[in-house]
Amino acid sequence: MQLRTLIERILQLIPVLLGISIIVFAMITLTPGDPVEIMLGDQISTPEQEAALRRDMGLDLPVHERFFRFLSNALVGDFGNSFFHRRPVSDLILERLPATIELTLVAMLIAIGTAVPLGVVAAVKKGTLIDRIATVASIFGVSLPGFWFGLLLIMLFAVHWHILPVAGRIGYDFEVPKVTYLLLIDTILAGRLDSFLDALGHLILPAVTLGLPMGAILMRVTRTSMLEVLDQDYIAFAAAKGLGRMRILIRHALTNALIPTVTVAALETGSLLGGNMIVETIFGWPGLGRLVVEAIFSRNYPIIQTAVLLYAVTYVLLNFAADIVYTLLNPRVKL
Amino acid sequence: MTEAQMLKVRGLRTTFRTRHGAIKAVDGVDLDIGYGECLGVVGESGSGKSVAFASIMGLVRPPGRIEAGSIMFEDRELTTLDPREMQRLRGKEIAMTFQDALTALNPAFTVGNQIAETIITHDKSDGSKRDRIRRARARAVEMMTLVGIPDASRRVNDYPHQFSGGMRQRIMIAIALACRPKLLIADEPTTALDVTIQAQVLDLIAEIRATLGMSVVIITHDLGVVAEHCHRVLVMYAGQVVETGPTENVVAEPRHPYTSGLLRSIPRLNDRNARILPIKGTVPEPINLPDECRFRPRCPMSADGCRVPIAMRKIGHDREARCIFAGDEP
Amino acid sequence: MTSAPGLPATSAESDRSILADNLREFRENSLAVAAAGVVAVFALLAAFAPWIAPHDPYETDLFRRLLPPAWEQGGDWAFLLGCDALGRDVLSRLIFGSRVSIAVGLAVILIATTIGTLAGLAAGYLRGIPDAIISRLCDILLGFPYLIFAIGLIAMTGPGFQNIILALAYKEWVLPCRVVRGETLAAREMEYIEAARALGASRLHVMLREILPNILSPVIVVATFRMAHIIIVEASLSFLGIGIQPPVASWGSMVSDGREFLLDAWWVSTFPGVAILLLVLAINVASQGLRDAFDPRLQR
Repeated sequence: MQLRTLIERILQLIPVLLGISIIVFAMITLTPGDPVEIMLGDQISTPEQEAALRRDMGLDLPVHERFFRFLSNALVGDFGNSFFHRRPVSDLILERLPATIELTLVAMLIAIGTAVPLGVVAAVKKGTLIDRIATVASIFGVSLPGFWFGLLLIMLFAVHWHILPVAGRIGYDFEVPKVTYLLLIDTILAGRLDSFLDALGHLILPAVTLGLPMGAILMRVTRTSMLEVLDQDYIAFAAAKGLGRMRILIRHALTNALIPTVTVAALETGSLLGGNMIVETIFGWPGLGRLVVEAIFSRNYPIIQTAVLLYAVTYVLLNFAADIVYTLLNPRVKL
Repeated sequence: MTEAQMLKVRGLRTTFRTRHGAIKAVDGVDLDIGYGECLGVVGESGSGKSVAFASIMGLVRPPGRIEAGSIMFEDRELTTLDPREMQRLRGKEIAMTFQDALTALNPAFTVGNQIAETIITHDKSDGSKRDRIRRARARAVEMMTLVGIPDASRRVNDYPHQFSGGMRQRIMIAIALACRPKLLIADEPTTALDVTIQAQVLDLIAEIRATLGMSVVIITHDLGVVAEHCHRVLVMYAGQVVETGPTENVVAEPRHPYTSGLLRSIPRLNDRNARILPIKGTVPEPINLPDECRFRPRCPMSADGCRVPIAMRKIGHDREARCIFAGDEP
Repeated sequence: MTSAPGLPATSAESDRSILADNLREFRENSLAVAAAGVVAVFALLAAFAPWIAPHDPYETDLFRRLLPPAWEQGGDWAFLLGCDALGRDVLSRLIFGSRVSIAVGLAVILIATTIGTLAGLAAGYLRGIPDAIISRLCDILLGFPYLIFAIGLIAMTGPGFQNIILALAYKEWVLPCRVVRGETLAAREMEYIEAARALGASRLHVMLREILPNILSPVIVVATFRMAHIIIVEASLSFLGIGIQPPVASWGSMVSDGREFLLDAWWVSTFPGVAILLLVLAINVASQGLRDAFDPRLQR
């Protein structure tokens, strides 16, 4: 029964994912002008190269055949070649992916790790100075333009105080063998504390910049839902049972207050995925976001198309996962 | 009263400080509960009956505060008791059930979990954690059986929303009784229930009171419930006790006009033609109350003598009422 | 129209007074009113930029290159907030830049709210196939993170004022649509709607004259707080260089202009950033005030 409904949920994903692929495919197809000409731009190319590119992109086929080719290729991870790099798009993206995953995960951890405790404290200490500071910080957090906030952090921490590096992922002296491709983990696996700290130093400013808007919204949601929960009879009843204050707050209140927070957290990962491009550009972070921005300027359509598809699919799957967590937290909802 | 009392409250005053002034929710309440006794506390909403017992449980939330009075539970003074001691006492020696079990049970946990939680919290015995959990689980099933939930060993893993209203109420009672408290405070135990289930729940409470030999307080706005189940009754109005005495005497011959009004407003099942007479007006806002009989504005017998604060007057050896027309010498 | 006792005589009339009540409540929230005032000041700056700006925002003069703000050493009171790398007056560019932010924000919100409201009404009131199509489309568009979708579109259509507005509006209508659909589903069960239908009012009449006025409050709230977000997104795109193109002064591209001079000319990047923050903050605070006034459930 449970398994069947889970499978039903998964089946419901299919039309959404299919629709996303259609839109991503249409983005290129409906672009005015000859994509090959636009892509080649000022680059010197021979007619043979042009014809090859045309064939490679399937421009000689009718639209529906092109779409099915796009879809079946995408399913096996073949996204065509980047003419500019003269390499498969999937290679280029895989190369950049770990940096983006590491940055996004750490940003998410920072956002959730500060927002949830702060939201709980603000709700418990409602009306006090802490609550007011948290509320003001939250509204600033959603109002700050990330690209400017990032520059401000660079200006202060890197340029002015020289505490943290300006850009990049790790210093040249601190390279470690790649195992997971996530530097924070690789440096620990290599047993090099200095490298770990260097990687962390590079990571902290971009991660804070990226996580800020999500953290601000999550803190508000946590505070609101926590306030609502603290007013419930079951909290007073838990106190009447003689439970300790921490047990009441964490087990009885927070478990229920987290239910809406999980949903919003998943939705807000959208701001992390979109923010990648900006934050990676400002901090010279060698990830997927910067690859996309570079691709826009070099009109490298296959890369843009693949990246947009990848981001969208990731986002849909994250929200699907949140749906499952929501159900686990909330026994009233059957899967 | 001369016999030993379990709970002795004197001059209890609980106030809520708000922007508009201090709300005296409970204003000088005296009450006694004897061992094995069932006391009914009656009043409309806003009469201060719930706040009075929240004060006894130490559960008044800010901006509320106990400003004066004494609460003696056996040999302990609860108003000055260390908060940790108070927490140990809650749920173990004095337990409470709420009006609506649907909102009082946490929707996120199984009922067995919620019963066992209380038991483990108050279990100060030795033994490994695993042992204590196992024992608490077994006891949870036992408690569910005691309160009359069929197939308890299977249903212990169900969530509150999977039970009917009456069953949920029983589970809440099971939680309250899990540690065999000396005193059970049942706040509006029947209000959220259908009439037929009301009687079942009240019978259950009476039965368990007899089995476990505990004392029970039933807080209600329904004098009918008290008449059937309680030895003594305490009528509250606007933060004060206005009448107290053995239930049969009070019901047969009320000495405070408010009590008479409450009695007239009980629907009678056997007499369809009898009119229900609601008391005119509403409970006054317990804020900036004038120094006079608080029931005077609604009282059918108010007189000039009612414009001063009225003290409780003794009627016989076991009754009291707060009315100038009550008392042995009118 | 007939009206049963206890029912509102006509929906529009009763609703106008709800909206009026809401607005009265909003006016009592002094912080929100102050924020609305700040938004109004920005709007005036944008509207009258050519008359207010002290200099031509496009006039370059290499002698004024990276001139510091007036109060710094070497500053000139004629150029209050200093000049950028081409010697253009930062203050004048800021004032003209407000035009871009506000115009893009307003245009996107107007397009998206109009389309979203109509689509939401149709989906919620007609149900059936229109609802299935519109809801499915919303689900699919919501599958794209906001900025990614806009960047993908702009990468294809190229930058520029119109393209940005379209790229943002393509997805933005989904939010008002969802809100309106939900409200419409609830409203269509109301007695006065049934009464209007029983009296033979056409579907279009019921949707636009009976339901729409009743659900305006949440639509306004969504529109205002989304506008704040759109202003940030436009600035982000312009910052990346794929939004409003130079030489047009936009706050995002001004921040980008100053990136190379963080050390020696902090003012080039700082002031436009402060301007974005101020405007967005003001819209957010005002929007929060609207939400508190409109939705009694959220009042705390």
